[in-house]
Amino acid sequence: MTDTAIRVRGLRRSYGPNPAVDGIDLEVSRGEVFALLGPNGAGKTTTVEILEGYRRRDAGEVAVLGVDPRVADARWRARIGIVLQSTGEFEELTVAEVVRHFAAYYPRPDDPGAVIERVGLAAKQGARARTLSGGQRRRLDVALSIVGRPELLFLDEPTTGFDPQARRDFWDVVAGLTAGGTTILLTTHYLHEAEALADRVAVINRGRILDVAAPATLGDRHRQPATVRWQGEDGPREVRTDTPTRTVTDLSARHGGEVPGLSVTRPTLEDIYLSMIGASGPDTPAPGESG
Amino acid sequence: MTVDSGRRVGAHPEIGTERAGSALRIGALRGRLEVLQFFRARESVVFSFLFPVILLVIFGSIFDQRIAPDVTFTQYFVAGMIAAGLFTTSFQVLAIQIPIERDRGVLKRLAGTPMPRSAYFIGKIIMVLVSSLAEIAVLLTVATLFYDVSLPVTAGRWLTLAWVSVLGIAACTLCGIAFSSLPREGRRAPAMVTPVALVLQFISGVFFVYTELPGWMQQVAALFPLKWLTQGMRSVFLPDSFAASEPAGTWELDRVALVLAVWVVLGLVLCLRTFRWTGQER
Repeated sequence: MTDTAIRVRGLRRSYGPNPAVDGIDLEVSRGEVFALLGPNGAGKTTTVEILEGYRRRDAGEVAVLGVDPRVADARWRARIGIVLQSTGEFEELTVAEVVRHFAAYYPRPDDPGAVIERVGLAAKQGARARTLSGGQRRRLDVALSIVGRPELLFLDEPTTGFDPQARRDFWDVVAGLTAGGTTILLTTHYLHEAEALADRVAVINRGRILDVAAPATLGDRHRQPATVRWQGEDGPREVRTDTPTRTVTDLSARHGGEVPGLSVTRPTLEDIYLSMIGASGPDTPAPGESG
Repeated sequence: MTVDSGRRVGAHPEIGTERAGSALRIGALRGRLEVLQFFRARESVVFSFLFPVILLVIFGSIFDQRIAPDVTFTQYFVAGMIAAGLFTTSFQVLAIQIPIERDRGVLKRLAGTPMPRSAYFIGKIIMVLVSSLAEIAVLLTVATLFYDVSLPVTAGRWLTLAWVSVLGIAACTLCGIAFSSLPREGRRAPAMVTPVALVLQFISGVFFVYTELPGWMQQVAALFPLKWLTQGMRSVFLPDSFAASEPAGTWELDRVALVLAVWVVLGLVLCLRTFRWTGQER
């Protein structure tokens, strides 16, 4: 048993002449929530599906929970959980029926009732799947992927199409799993989702990793100049500075206390992300890449 | 890096047995789920399950003439409709349902779990068997109550009904699973499968008396399992005197068994070679 959940070295995969994944290295620790960020066609889904054992790779070393997914068996599958992008195929079955059924696939399943409770579907136990809302279906997906008590959970764009409240509720579910020690690999194009959930994020574009860091330090975000804004006598003013504290102290002295309309901001994760993606060239989706 | 020794599960006979046991157990659970889903979905009950019954009522009510001294067209048609009913609950249902499941990621999701892959097929077979049995029961009930068809009286005929049904269902089930690899998208499956099923029913002696069809059409039909399944059913439900009116002058039950068995093997080979758990990797 090692502390590494996922280790990837020099991963490559092309569809015809187009490289979708062009030499990726990754290392995810046990218990970590790791997010892959990138535009559509960046190589996220190809990478994740290789790790899940769904797709072949052309080159590179991959170990997921110490096993090469290409030759993995049912015992390895019992240790991982997968939430796919697609959802909602159980139509006429009830939530409880589906979760109980999936529990039977696993050697040491969790209690289906407790799992349904944990994903917040207790009130919907007896409801048929087709009557669930989009957010509730996604939570059913999560219930199915965690009922086997996985060590590692893959979440592929789990909240696409959610309203803000449903997204917050979903984050709470994920936070609960993390507290239980589950390692999570998340792909998303919502930056605030990565910021809310991930310990570390990797930004991926055109099949390559541009940076891997904690959301707070991605792209040297914490060392970027701060912007101080306030309401001057002849309109709004702003100053970019490496020493915002001194700027604010000076302003305060000049105004004799309170500075009108004062704010101090650092670049958001989105600002950093967009400048990284922009600098790495235009996005040309490779075929076979849906996310 | 730790190497999971479980990868070589096949090398340990006791673990292999345990896996086979769990495949049967989980297969049975899947069967229960599939049957629930089939009978809870109104469209599958009405359009797959009840459709042969509707056809039986329509044709049984329209055509009343005798096609032989002691055989009415309705009796001939009932035998054909039971064969066609089995063809529907096995071939047609699977050839439409599986591409849709593949398209929606049902298969992909299952392939991502430790479920033994054979359990999926065991579940489908259970669903087909249950719905086929129910189909035969409903068709026979309607036919005996309203259309002057009598149930087989000898044990031999019941036995024929049993083996022809089992072999026919096996062949059509495997062909349905194999056919499911053809549609590129789930939503195209009904449009591809329905004409195939209809044409086969027209040329195999379900809607028309087989011997009255043009020779070339009979020869085409004889290549496919439905013609033989239909003929086998006639040997169960029509008087022995009618055997003389069959193309070969007998029921040709040995030929029925042979052709259906060949389709079982062919279907199995096609399934093993073409079945995909995920949509095409583009």
